[in-house]
Amino acid sequence: MIAMLVRRIIQAVLVMLVVAFISFSLFQFVGDPINNMVGQEATQQDRAELRERLGLNDPIPVQFMRFVGNAVQGEFGISYRMARPVSEVIAERLPATLELALVSGVLAITLGIVLGVYTALRRDGWFSHFIMSSSLIGVSLPTFLIGILLIYIFSVELQWLPSFGRGDTVPITDNWSTGLLTVSGWQSLILPAITLGLFQLTLLMRLVRAEMLEVLRTDYIKFARARGIRQRSINFHHALKNTLLPVITIAGLQLGSIIAFAIITETVFQWPGVGLLFINAIRFVDIPFMSAYLLLIALVFVVINLVVDLLYFVVDPRLRVTKSSSSR
Amino acid sequence: MSDVLLSVRDLVVEFPKRKTLLTALDGVSFDIHRGEILGVVGESGAGKSLTGAAIIGLLEQPGRIASGEIWLEDQRIDQLPYEKMRQLRGKRIAMIFQDPLTSLNPIFTIAEQLVETIRTHLPLNAKQARERAIQLLDEVGIPAAAKRVDDYPHQFSGGMRQRVVIALALAGEPELIIADEPTTALDVSVQAQIIDVLKRMCADHGAAVMLVTHDMGVIAEACDRVAVMYAGRVAEIGQVRQIVKQPQHPYTQGLMGSIPSLAHQRHRLIQIPGSMPRLDAIPTGCAFNPRCTSVGERCYKERPDLLVTNQGEVACWLFDQGGVA
Repeated sequence: MIAMLVRRIIQAVLVMLVVAFISFSLFQFVGDPINNMVGQEATQQDRAELRERLGLNDPIPVQFMRFVGNAVQGEFGISYRMARPVSEVIAERLPATLELALVSGVLAITLGIVLGVYTALRRDGWFSHFIMSSSLIGVSLPTFLIGILLIYIFSVELQWLPSFGRGDTVPITDNWSTGLLTVSGWQSLILPAITLGLFQLTLLMRLVRAEMLEVLRTDYIKFARARGIRQRSINFHHALKNTLLPVITIAGLQLGSIIAFAIITETVFQWPGVGLLFINAIRFVDIPFMSAYLLLIALVFVVINLVVDLLYFVVDPRLRVTKSSSSR
Repeated sequence: MSDVLLSVRDLVVEFPKRKTLLTALDGVSFDIHRGEILGVVGESGAGKSLTGAAIIGLLEQPGRIASGEIWLEDQRIDQLPYEKMRQLRGKRIAMIFQDPLTSLNPIFTIAEQLVETIRTHLPLNAKQARERAIQLLDEVGIPAAAKRVDDYPHQFSGGMRQRVVIALALAGEPELIIADEPTTALDVSVQAQIIDVLKRMCADHGAAVMLVTHDMGVIAEACDRVAVMYAGRVAEIGQVRQIVKQPQHPYTQGLMGSIPSLAHQRHRLIQIPGSMPRLDAIPTGCAFNPRCTSVGERCYKERPDLLVTNQGEVACWLFDQGGVA
């Protein structure tokens, strides 16, 4: 158990180092930063001095180590565009993205599992057929199109929900202000959350359905039936638990991509999160911000994967290393 | 007879396919008496397992019972609604499947699976059910049952798992156990032990067994009576001793002839020529007629029903007064 944990953490650190290297190389490829920092009149000597002072003459490995050292402390330099520390800007915008991702994640996972199980158990019902065919829409329509369609129907035509922004927010801590405590906050959240979560929802639903049908055909379910175990217990105890094992992995990865791909939804709905910020950063070639964002998303994925691995350990008894006591 | 526990009468099971209708069981009839072990033998595809599944009401879609009756004592069970049948399963009729490695739910402990089964059928509280679970495991010969009861299936070997499966099947004190090739997936060295356990447990708990197998050795060793099935029909039923020593139906004779015996090592084993017909190509008259050595004209026209002889029942015109001609 401990050995496995250590191994996984080492892997995670390696992945992060590779991503850090890619982030770091961004700086190397996009021109000489000195040009952006000094004025037209700067002499060759001024440039050299500045270069020396910023440590740009040091060998690349040393610079990389310095970059990693700073990154570990949450220090990513000053944003070119906003002239403020990147870490500060991100901390300010992150709550909006996390709340959006959380709500659409919860939406996708609960509805995905419920509908998946339902369609597996009522395979031939008309409602199941309806859900299955409409889920094709969710899988095949691109996110931005769904967002625009939702805006057209619910904001423009029906005028029920706002089409952009986050509504009113309430500060909880110094740099976390939430929209989850106000009515207008929830109203603004509904459309983006659906847009962001719809693809994951349909994917999960189809996965759960397929997996559940598979499990219902297994011998142990047949044997449970032959023992007269109640139908409800077979479906929701014996079968569902086995169904959810492989679903955990996918759900974890989906959660990661919900955060990462919030960019599109945030752009469509002008949601003030890090994704929107990232799009703007690209437009202005704001390298410090871009590299920080890259690292942040990588961290999210790595952490979620780690959690999924550990969760597996808790849920699946076959993975637990136990006192080996098999006998004939 | 008054002690008949299960009675199957003219059972027909069909599988509707896209265009045709496959008749997998065609008029199967037999009885199982209280406490006896009835062996059911035949080649693969003869309908042995299907008969078991039909009795316990777990035919796989789209299979269905087209006609015939199944009686458990004086209750007809082939038309029971799902919930009524569920209450019967495990409580009066239980079933054991071929592969013990896949018969147990991998993510629940043995205790959880046993206790749930016990409490489904018997009015016991959790603690009593657990005690009974340990007792059952002890009876089927699991060493240190009180400790192992909280283990997961993967922590047991194949033979041990099949013992757990037997304990699970017996948890509701059923009167009949349908054992569908319970030893086929096991090591040869463990097979005899498992048959022993099954035999002893059923004797102790007063359960009858319908033992589906294609292993004649198992039949000879464990069963009281045996039914030989061929192409979805019963070819012959009788006492094990009679059938092993003096098989009547030409098919049974062929089966017995294909068992190697230690006494006569020199003999070449007899082989039945040909193979069992496919379900969509069963010949008219006696289904065995293309392979039979004593075939007569009548066998191609009329289908023989089970005829009572002084040694049992056999579905062959050889034993009818009219003969095969």
